Amino acid sequence: MQRREFLKVSALFGASGVMPGLLGGCSPPPLPGTGDVRTTPTVCNICFWQCAATLYTENGRPWKVVGNPADPHCNGRLCTRGTGGIASYSDPDRLKRPLIRVRQGNTQTFKPVSWDEAFAYIAGKMQTIAERHGRDRIALFSHGGGGSHFRRLLQAFGSHAYAHPSFAQCRGPRETAFGLTFGEGVGSPDRTDMANSRCIVLIGSHIGENLHNGQVQTLTQALERGATLITVDPRFSVPASKSRYWLPIKPGTDIALLLAWMNVLINEELYDKDYVAEYCSGFEQLAAQVQPYNPEWAYLETGLEAAQIRATAHAMAGAAPATLVHPGRHVTWYGDDTQRCRAIAILNALLGSWGRPGGFYAQEKVALPDFPAPQPARPEQDWKTEVQARFPLVSTGISNVMVDASAGPDAFFKGWFVYATNLSTTLPAVREQLERAAQSLELVVVVDTMPAEITGYADVVLPECTYLERYDDLRNKAERTPTLALRMPAFVPKYDSKPAWWIAKGLAEKLSLGDYFPWQDYREVLDWQLKQVGSSLAEMEKTGVKAFARKTPIYFAAGKPVDFRTPSGKIELYSQTLAETGHDPLPRYVPPQRPPAGYFHLNYGRAAAHTFGRTINNPLLFELMPENTVWVHPAAAGQIGVGNGEYVRLQNPDGVKSNRIRVRVTQRIRADSVFMVHGFGHTETRLRLAQGAGADDAELMHNVKIDPIMGGTGMRASFVTLVRGEA
Amino acid sequence: MITYAMVIDTRTCIGCGDCVVACKNENSVPAGLNRDWVVEETRGEYPHLSTEFRSERCNHCAHATCVTNCPTGASHYWKDTNIVLVAAEKCTGCKACIAACPYDARLIMHPDGYIDKCTFCHHRVDQGLDPACVSSCPTHCMHFGVLNDADSLVSRLLRTRNYKALLTETGNEPNVYYLV
Repeated sequence: MQRREFLKVSALFGASGVMPGLLGGCSPPPLPGTGDVRTTPTVCNICFWQCAATLYTENGRPWKVVGNPADPHCNGRLCTRGTGGIASYSDPDRLKRPLIRVRQGNTQTFKPVSWDEAFAYIAGKMQTIAERHGRDRIALFSHGGGGSHFRRLLQAFGSHAYAHPSFAQCRGPRETAFGLTFGEGVGSPDRTDMANSRCIVLIGSHIGENLHNGQVQTLTQALERGATLITVDPRFSVPASKSRYWLPIKPGTDIALLLAWMNVLINEELYDKDYVAEYCSGFEQLAAQVQPYNPEWAYLETGLEAAQIRATAHAMAGAAPATLVHPGRHVTWYGDDTQRCRAIAILNALLGSWGRPGGFYAQEKVALPDFPAPQPARPEQDWKTEVQARFPLVSTGISNVMVDASAGPDAFFKGWFVYATNLSTTLPAVREQLERAAQSLELVVVVDTMPAEITGYADVVLPECTYLERYDDLRNKAERTPTLALRMPAFVPKYDSKPAWWIAKGLAEKLSLGDYFPWQDYREVLDWQLKQVGSSLAEMEKTGVKAFARKTPIYFAAGKPVDFRTPSGKIELYSQTLAETGHDPLPRYVPPQRPPAGYFHLNYGRAAAHTFGRTINNPLLFELMPENTVWVHPAAAGQIGVGNGEYVRLQNPDGVKSNRIRVRVTQRIRADSVFMVHGFGHTETRLRLAQGAGADDAELMHNVKIDPIMGGTGMRASFVTLVRGEA
Repeated sequence: MITYAMVIDTRTCIGCGDCVVACKNENSVPAGLNRDWVVEETRGEYPHLSTEFRSERCNHCAHATCVTNCPTGASHYWKDTNIVLVAAEKCTGCKACIAACPYDARLIMHPDGYIDKCTFCHHRVDQGLDPACVSSCPTHCMHFGVLNDADSLVSRLLRTRNYKALLTETGNEPNVYYLV
């Protein structure tokens, strides 16, 4: 028998059906808001943008959630998902009580237990791992606000390994590349000054389909002010439909286009000479590097006409420095992603947009002191030298490398805490490696609000309450206006779910590490912190949001020197660090692989209705978008003989076949590519709405290219074919 | 007579559906039913394309055929305005209004047994607020106001921008306008 067989959380629960609506008389319904209406400040947790909001109840029942007008993340308006977030509270499929995997004969099931039993079980396993292998062998994977409590817990225990998949599966390449070039990353919220941009270039970024609220709002403001929008995408995306120039690029050839744009700016002397002279180093090497890459050469690679490449370069130069070549967000595509993001950073430097209005602004956060508590000791040995020494430029955990370091009898990691991230669909083609890791790991703890595929690998499942039922850390992001925002409970936690801070503290006490959590209630921490900056919990529970004055300039001041945090103190067009670590110091173009006959490039992205796979089961958002479709150009559809609305399966060259998915025949995509929205195709049966709806792009990925600089997973080198007649 | 109008800018609408979810929350619209929806219309051939998104709903027509065709008087104008409402207690569910509506804007059928529809959130309009859909839109592409006030934002937008309305040939005089 396998040590850990995959368990469906549903194994234990009977169906608790939803009451059908009853046909009644025709008495006039009361008007909305005429009952007992109460409001509570919150911070949305449906995505990482973390908009401050107000939750309304009427007669004690959830009514609606709307943006807090004082919050610069949303300016009073939540996005589709945030507005639908209220339904996450009442989702009947939530995780309800702690569960422990039990083995009886040849079967494994989850058994509901008390919190104390769950803590005792986890603490026992952690102690065993510490005795057998060392205290540093537990890894934390986290994507969410409550992760900080588990990070503290595990550090106090002696395990410092920690990864956000949002680095190695998302924005790691741009943070690394901008760090190498400007000495600072882009951060989140992204430091793009789009509201003031006169020209915006989106490369594979579909703002408006990804609803990062501030991004959507500032892009719209720019459009209303007449900014020129240039969208580079194999698909006629929503922003492409708002663009003056749509460049339907051949997939994987973005670096060719970026080099050609640099070629035009440099050879036609359209770059910002004063800016480059004052702030940049390595211009001569760059100018020499881009010489072969003229627009005529780029046409052959990208399929974009030379005249169009020149015209867009001229548009960028004409609006500079208020030209933003957007760094994108999910940028782990082809394995050379740090180099592509470097090319974007360099292009911005040539346009003089970093540190200038309409380009990139400087972020500032509130100087909020930590609550006085013992600091976990730094370990003698850095886990990164054991696990990811191949990537010395990376200072955070690389999730895919950490998964690899968890599989097999000799693996470094022996235990996992997985907080609010469904690794099964977050990492590409990871199922086999997860199953290997599941056999060798001695403890897997999953903390989440909803069941997901990753829950099936858990030894212990801990149900967190939703964001509408808990306090979390104050939101304090580096951004345009330093602002704090409070999440507080509007409801008592349903079922036997608990907030992350309570779970981490309870487990710490079981491990005799309670001293690291010297509070009874997290309200004490929040109130203490707020009082250090002239506010209080009582004030924030009324307002939800408080803005503070900036102490640093938002743009470069003319004539004042800027000290960039790079080795040379300059913006490094030519990266000495990359040269010294054996990488290309300047971006270089490598042609991508083309699909084999009968296959298409698999492109994927976001939809306005959903945050990855996390919201598919949300009743309101499911209704808006219950399944994904695969976009196919009419010419390709005609060749295969598939019709609009027909169910097919997608299959990659390794033979992996997807769940069924409907074909959407549309002119809005190149004939060599297909597109699908990420996050669908759940297999977890406890997700009664989401299970079996649509197909999962992550399982179809193959040919995953590891970025040699930052270690992340290039996810767009995959090919699929359409299989008819099996759906 | 006050004429309320909605003016929606298709140049900034991204078709995100926030208006749909905001309406469902505000008005407790039952699962499976919607008072508003988003239409995507793509024209042209690759790579010469245009795509328009439209948030659609009841047009609160000045000559509402649903009102004139309602046999019981359930469909009616709210106060002295163009806002078309259904009085649930008078509605027999006969569906004459559904047949009469050129926009297919009426819901079949509220579980409580009447034909439901967009109210322009008259309960909010009464308090000087925008309808829930308008006030939630993250792109600010939706505007609401009084058409027979020349200084209102909706009037100014219709004076200064190109626009269209849907199925104007019916003579219903719809009051949802799309800036193009």
